Amino acid sequence: MNIDSIHNGIVIDHIAAGRGMQLYHLLQLDKLDCSVAIIKNVNSRKMGKKDIIKVDGTVDIDIDAIGYVDPKATVNIIRDEKLVEKRDIVLPERLVNVVRCKNPRCISSTEQELDQVFVLKDRDKGIYRCLYCEAKAEG
Amino acid sequence: MRSLIDILDLSVEELDEMVKVAEDIMANPAKYAHKCDGKKLATMFYEPSTRTRLSFEAAMYELGGNVLSVASAASSSAAKGESVADTAKMISCYADILAMRHPKEGAPLVASMNATIPVVNAGDGGHNHPTQTLADLLTIHCEKGRFDNLTIGLCGDLKFGRTVHSLIAAMCRYPNVKFVLISPVELKLPSYVKTEHIKPSGHTYEQTTDLEAVMPQLDVLYMTRVQKERFFNEEDYLRLKDSYILTPEKLRNAKEDMIIMHPLPRVNEISVAVDNDPRACYFKQAYYGKIMREALILKLLEVQ
Repeated sequence: MNIDSIHNGIVIDHIAAGRGMQLYHLLQLDKLDCSVAIIKNVNSRKMGKKDIIKVDGTVDIDIDAIGYVDPKATVNIIRDEKLVEKRDIVLPERLVNVVRCKNPRCISSTEQELDQVFVLKDRDKGIYRCLYCEAKAEG
Repeated sequence: MRSLIDILDLSVEELDEMVKVAEDIMANPAKYAHKCDGKKLATMFYEPSTRTRLSFEAAMYELGGNVLSVASAASSSAAKGESVADTAKMISCYADILAMRHPKEGAPLVASMNATIPVVNAGDGGHNHPTQTLADLLTIHCEKGRFDNLTIGLCGDLKFGRTVHSLIAAMCRYPNVKFVLISPVELKLPSYVKTEHIKPSGHTYEQTTDLEAVMPQLDVLYMTRVQKERFFNEEDYLRLKDSYILTPEKLRNAKEDMIIMHPLPRVNEISVAVDNDPRACYFKQAYYGKIMREALILKLLEVQ
């Protein structure tokens, strides 16, 4: 399988196999005009299988969203076809407007101007809860 | 400027201090009769409530303060579509402290993020009801004389019962407390309350559907109402509403010094025949609630 190398952009590597598409949607990569590749189930010595996302364009990526989906992923910044920066991902303490609260009883379900805020409650299990109603983050 | 949104916003030391103030208020009410002269409490209740609103208002009057009250959401600007944030900013211009009840979970938190006065959560849907927990804690302290070494039975709707969740969270901070969770299978305590409060505290719990079988071990029996307003489906409510009805017969095997609590209002889950039993504390609990709200108002307004 051949994917063109990137001139200026981002490679999100070491995504747990199967989570690439979730990340694609959360990062709203479908709204970009530049080339975006999702490569699924790539053989990996370390991980067995992994997903990779390549974005050929200078865009702001929400690092927190990547941390939420897979804190073990890595982010490589490419300029002029060269790797210029590697960013480590950590599980963020707060997620702002990354996921929506699905609890119909939550105040954020009716007051649309409120930020959707989730707070990390259990780092080991990666559990986030809504700041307002404490419902668990899903999706 | 402090607000009270969740009972865990208060440390154990702060709760101990509030219990001491509450005991002093009960012993010397005249000493507190003018502590809040010139201060105004606004009560915004977007959901039906009698006792909580009256309790807050009575508490403020006992302290010499005044009350601004909106009786229901239908008569407030929320009916015109005003956001909670805007309402909180507006009320900050009129009052010194705000007590808010709202059907949406998290609404009082949003109010506290936007108000410039202390906000008290007076119940947000099925989520939190910290001032009821303050009432429960003072009841336990005054009637049992301690917060530790207790076996607490919680009976009825443990799924949607916000007072149950808050009481468990608060009691988990004291040593050697055992919880006995008595409910129909459909209304069991949500697992997050167990995994995030009971288990990390090292306390034990037991789950059962049989109230009479566990009665002899209880020091406190906390009854709750199956709340119609928490059900999306009326059939489920009708099927579950009469799951537990406490009668004098069921109390035969209970300890002599056990106390029976209930956040009120009750429907039929405690028979009126139990009211004269010396172990029945639910009306005293309402009195303790008013006293603890006084202690809370003093604390949040930083009145010495």
